[in-house]
Amino acid sequence: MATLNQAHTPLLKAGRSPHTAHKGRSTRKAVAVFVAPFAVLFLLFYAAPIIFAIIQSLLTVEREGTFGPPQQIFGGFSQYVLVFQDQAFWASVGRVLLFGVVQVPVMLGLALLFALLLDSPLLRGKKFFRLAFFAPYAVPGVIAAIMWGFLYSPSLSPFGVVTSEVNFLGGSLVLWSIANIVTWVYVGYNMLIIYASLLAIPTEIYEAARLDGASNAQIAWRIKIPLVTPAIILTGVFSIIGTLQLLAEPQTLRSFSSAISSTYTPNLAVYTTASVPNYNLAAAFSVVLALATFVLSFVFLKATQRKVSQ
Amino acid sequence: MSTPTVPLSTAEKIHSRGPRESVMSRAAAMLIMGVFTLYFLTPIWWLLVTSTKAGGEITRTAPLWFTPNSISTFFANLIELFQYQDGLFIKWLANSALYAGAGALLGTIIAAMCGYALAKYEFKRREIIFNVVLSGVLVPATALALPLFLIFSEVNLTNTYWAVFLPSLVSPFGVYLARIYAAASVPDELLEAARLDGAGELRTFFTVSTRLMAPALVTIFLFQFVAIWNNFFLPLIMLRDQALFPVTLGLYAWNSQISQIPELRTYVIIGAFVSIVPLIIAFLGLQRFWSSGLSAGSVK
Repeated sequence: MATLNQAHTPLLKAGRSPHTAHKGRSTRKAVAVFVAPFAVLFLLFYAAPIIFAIIQSLLTVEREGTFGPPQQIFGGFSQYVLVFQDQAFWASVGRVLLFGVVQVPVMLGLALLFALLLDSPLLRGKKFFRLAFFAPYAVPGVIAAIMWGFLYSPSLSPFGVVTSEVNFLGGSLVLWSIANIVTWVYVGYNMLIIYASLLAIPTEIYEAARLDGASNAQIAWRIKIPLVTPAIILTGVFSIIGTLQLLAEPQTLRSFSSAISSTYTPNLAVYTTASVPNYNLAAAFSVVLALATFVLSFVFLKATQRKVSQ
Repeated sequence: MSTPTVPLSTAEKIHSRGPRESVMSRAAAMLIMGVFTLYFLTPIWWLLVTSTKAGGEITRTAPLWFTPNSISTFFANLIELFQYQDGLFIKWLANSALYAGAGALLGTIIAAMCGYALAKYEFKRREIIFNVVLSGVLVPATALALPLFLIFSEVNLTNTYWAVFLPSLVSPFGVYLARIYAAASVPDELLEAARLDGAGELRTFFTVSTRLMAPALVTIFLFQFVAIWNNFFLPLIMLRDQALFPVTLGLYAWNSQISQIPELRTYVIIGAFVSIVPLIIAFLGLQRFWSSGLSAGSVK
């Protein structure tokens, strides 16, 4: 990057001579044209909603007497006090955190294992495995949940022998049944990201290691895994974000399982609260959730980056 | 930052050369991959098989194999699905194609222009803009669904196409990917040459740079397409009118009515199958492009 920037600076600095002054202006205009569409859309549909949600979360609805017209007035942090007192919401946060602590490592571990196997000389039919493992990514969360919902159900499942004995949709297991659906959809996607970065490693490194007598397992452990750590971190961040946002799968499974409450995940709580409708409280939930997601993924990035650079 | 494109096939050839492995570890590797192939493909296989069965057959016949008249039942199911409620399902498919197709196409162009400018031009506040975009990557779209609903209801635009379409155009990750890829694959000398030839910056971008960025553009397009196609919360919260639903929301709605209207089960199953076919075809057909684009994003 540094070289690119340096190569470019003289062009703009030379803008004093009459000829290039015109060029500098036209470059500025081009930059504006390039950046403006995204900037406008980003402001309207990313920044503005966040600001608007914060404003809404600071308001509260008040009525004059019991039957008076509702009025929005400034309520300070009163909605946030409600958020922090809301046990169902914090239970849902705890639930997705537990989910994430178990599901994300399992999923990324599998993805890494598959990527290493694809990259090893052990396998035949790599192209087939790559596509077969990636295919579930093309299935939307809602559809995957419908499909697995049928597969879990005691009456319809092709694995009736198992599902009539084990209640996958009952209160004690349903969280892990959801985890299985999410894993099924995303392992292949994460596998491909890690695999792509394995392919970018120059093969000379392996040859040198082999000359030094390293085995394939040692090469995988000592060379490959450290070199693809950035890719694993990237998939880790996206998985953490995805976990905190869980909505489609649990919401769809609700028609198969009575064990999933209307506040099972934080986003379900947002949706349920908004349907009441209590927009101010729902907005406060959203703000807390977005903030938590942002902080958690940021901390994860910083923590892992420090480890890598050490 | 390393060079972005290694076509998977040639890279694989280089990688698969190595010392002879023991038969045991080969067998173990194939076994692991074989078992997981079953895990990944069985649900899709079940969906295909089940969509070739009439209502009662689903529980009465072997669940993972076809019946003698599977082909005719499949088409009968398909026709019923397309005719149910005056072709509502076709409308949903068309809506999804519009939201995801047009949204991803426009979104890709917009993200590519921004990422390209961030990579190839020096300008004031460039780093600030890039950091804002990056933090946008960390703020997930679902967290914005409710706030977006509140904003759109202020201007009375909820329950319209626009309510789902417009927010889908923004892809901070697309900008990030486009910037990395443009920095690595569009040489400054080429832009200089184009400038000396008197080509405008915009024209250079659309005629020269986009070609060099093609793998990244296909990747951005595909992943944004999938993100919009799969998006659930935004349409769920924005749309009341069934005629505006994307196919995922429609199938969700049917699925939650199965207990009252049992015949919907057949439609949900074959509808689910029909709705994933276009995506699988798109991914298989375009994989040469997106797999090299992917490596660009992850190598950074």
